[in-house]
Amino acid sequence: MHIHQFDAVVVGAGGAGMMAALYASRGARTAVISKLYPTRSHTGTAQGGIGASLGNLEEDRWEWHAFDTVKGGDYLSDQNAAKVLAQEAIEAVIELEWMGLPFDRNDDGTISQRRFGGHTNNETKKPVRRACHSADRTGHMILQTLYQNCIKENVNFFDEFHAVDLIMNGDRPAGVVAVSIDTGELHIFHAKAITFATGGWGRMWSTTSNAHTLTGDGPAMFWRNGLPLQDMEFFQFHPTGLYPLGVLITEGVRGEGGVLINDRGERFMERYAPTIKDLASRDVVSRAIYLEVREKRGIKGKEYVYMDVRPETVNRYLAEAGESRRIDADYVRAKLPDIMDFCKIYAGVDPVESPIPIAPTAHYAMGGIPTNIHAQVIRDGKETVIPGLYAAGEVACVSVHGANRLGTNSLTDLIVFGRKAGQQMADYCRHADFVPLPDNPAGAIEAELERIRSSKGKQRPYDIRKKLRSEMMDKVGVFRQEDMMAEALETIRQLKEDYRNDLAVDDQGRRFNTDLLEAWELGCLLDIAEVTAACALERKESRGAHSREDYPKRDDVNYLAHTMVYPEGDGLRIAYDRPVDLSLGHEPKERVY
Amino acid sequence: MEVKLRIRRFNPEKDQKPYWGEYTLTDVEPTDSVLELLNRVKWEQDGTLTLRRSCAHGVCGSDAMRINGRNRLACTTLLQAIDASKVIQIEPILGLKVIKDLVTDFEAFFEHYRSVMPYFVPATPVPSNGRERYQSQADRARFDDTTKCILCACCTTSCPSFWASGQYVGPAAIVNAHRFIFDSRDGATNQRLNILAEPDGVWRCRTIFNCTPACPREIEVTRAIGEVKLAIQQGAR
Repeated sequence: MHIHQFDAVVVGAGGAGMMAALYASRGARTAVISKLYPTRSHTGTAQGGIGASLGNLEEDRWEWHAFDTVKGGDYLSDQNAAKVLAQEAIEAVIELEWMGLPFDRNDDGTISQRRFGGHTNNETKKPVRRACHSADRTGHMILQTLYQNCIKENVNFFDEFHAVDLIMNGDRPAGVVAVSIDTGELHIFHAKAITFATGGWGRMWSTTSNAHTLTGDGPAMFWRNGLPLQDMEFFQFHPTGLYPLGVLITEGVRGEGGVLINDRGERFMERYAPTIKDLASRDVVSRAIYLEVREKRGIKGKEYVYMDVRPETVNRYLAEAGESRRIDADYVRAKLPDIMDFCKIYAGVDPVESPIPIAPTAHYAMGGIPTNIHAQVIRDGKETVIPGLYAAGEVACVSVHGANRLGTNSLTDLIVFGRKAGQQMADYCRHADFVPLPDNPAGAIEAELERIRSSKGKQRPYDIRKKLRSEMMDKVGVFRQEDMMAEALETIRQLKEDYRNDLAVDDQGRRFNTDLLEAWELGCLLDIAEVTAACALERKESRGAHSREDYPKRDDVNYLAHTMVYPEGDGLRIAYDRPVDLSLGHEPKERVY
Repeated sequence: MEVKLRIRRFNPEKDQKPYWGEYTLTDVEPTDSVLELLNRVKWEQDGTLTLRRSCAHGVCGSDAMRINGRNRLACTTLLQAIDASKVIQIEPILGLKVIKDLVTDFEAFFEHYRSVMPYFVPATPVPSNGRERYQSQADRARFDDTTKCILCACCTTSCPSFWASGQYVGPAAIVNAHRFIFDSRDGATNQRLNILAEPDGVWRCRTIFNCTPACPREIEVTRAIGEVKLAIQQGAR
């Protein structure tokens, strides 16, 4: 057993993790543990932009950004958190530019901004240009820039170290256990302060934009240590995944003027969101696509529609809207180069010649590890802080995004709350002592890994995972209802039994055993899927991404509160005991776009 | 359709030397990627097959490998784009030590990357008004091509000069130096040019051009190296 001691440890090296590491390193000896090389992290796949009300092209205000975030979240967003996000987004984006991030530029040399779903001028209700971008690879530029700055600042990285357990001593965090993927050996990282920035768990659904590696490791480790999770039923389906693979096609396509078209050639979003049409928030657009498909208006009767960004189409609608702007093929190629490539490679389509086939794809976890606005992890609805434990980025539930995240706000979240976690860790480490490691801190996880490695049952991890993913897609997806979700919950519990008692793993070796680690990741997905289905079943209303056919209306009397789900024995307990912060004064209203 | 895969296998805990494993898959579509086929082998037939993969759509740079003798990302290589009528041959990229099967040791690759100061060194203090540094669209476009690099190593491990000497910093490191050398906001150009003028820097490049078609991001790698060479000769940006 190898034991390392650092003041601060960050688990995960995407945008939030590296931002936390940069800030923590300024005041504390810091290590970053990542199961991937940092530049492989999923932040790099974010495309369209990072939201900040710089107002470089037209009037914009942080107050509008905050309100749009709250409205986009269907009023489940904490308004104090939305305020922090929107206010600090401005300096955070400027800071990225100072770090060297190559944003696209306006004629005057300032950072270029484009439109994105749900971001509006609150007075005119029209879309506002708020998404700061670098072509359609903004996430790539953020990830590269942060990694470059980490190298500059000599941040310690443990690359390809797969975190498998959080070490708690009583109710205090003491460290993390990780597997060195290369050697297969366990390492203990003893730390005063720990930030989890492990990202999401889109791999729970069969159609997803998410990387293979997004398996909910972070929340699973917390859950297994007796800690609660929050708002787990809220998972965003991005409306425009490339059909049928699910690869993300940025909302920036619609921001540049692209429109959604059904089999009859209708721009159907005019019916669902008369004011901002194709730029309504994602939950609204995903549901609209499902409804069109259900009404047999999918393309050729199939389960997809078109997104049309051909210049003649875009220009026709721009003219119809009375806008003077016109685009041509070169403009589309310059603004969306990677999208051009994805469409050509995976769909054989050139978007300036033909429309793009798209369908909703599982994309983003609004829920996760509960934190306050300082990125401190809390253990209950009364916001009792767990000293020394932090979470940031997609894995965290502050909650900024409420029931549905607005496009561009994930990148904003990473930078704003990653930075907070880093600052907090540096401050905390200055006065805090190490919590002693408990006896045999890696004993339980070592036994679990050995069980998986030597399992000789009949079911391959792949078969169990495939069943889980299709069950979640069919029964805990865009539209939900009681009986389907109850069935899903039963199935998940059976799959958990199979996973425990009938698993078959081929690779019994130590070195680079990805068979073992994929199976361990499946265990995380199963635990988190059970929590997700249980929370979805319990919330008997429709709000944001959680859309129930048996309870189609939002119910602010009974459910204007965060779902806190606590592990209890072998089961769980759900309570709506964390109230929604309404401190900006935005009372819940009907949500119209 | 049915396809046959011939995959270079090596398990450091069992094998004295590498060998070829042969696998047959049915129900394959021409639109399947090589990564999907490798995953199917791993998930359906032999869980010990080991490879790196993450995003599965050509952005993260995890799954560079030699497919029918050419460096490619497995996830962006669809069967319809290669000759799948014969056996598809898959090997680890060359020039880096093999750890297991298709997984190679990237430490040396990242060491070269780190050696060229691959980070922004501002030429001017931060603006006193608290806003962004301005940059013209033309200045931004000057280095756009090399910002696309995903550090997959397809270029470096296709380069005969790198195969001949692992001390050569290699195309990927030079691409990442280029990204800053030609950024109008950066102030460390001369330091980077001095590093790349060393014997294991750009002059190891013999302009063989393997790197350019190897790049899955379509960066004009050889051109970028040429621009750095020229800058060194001219002694300035």
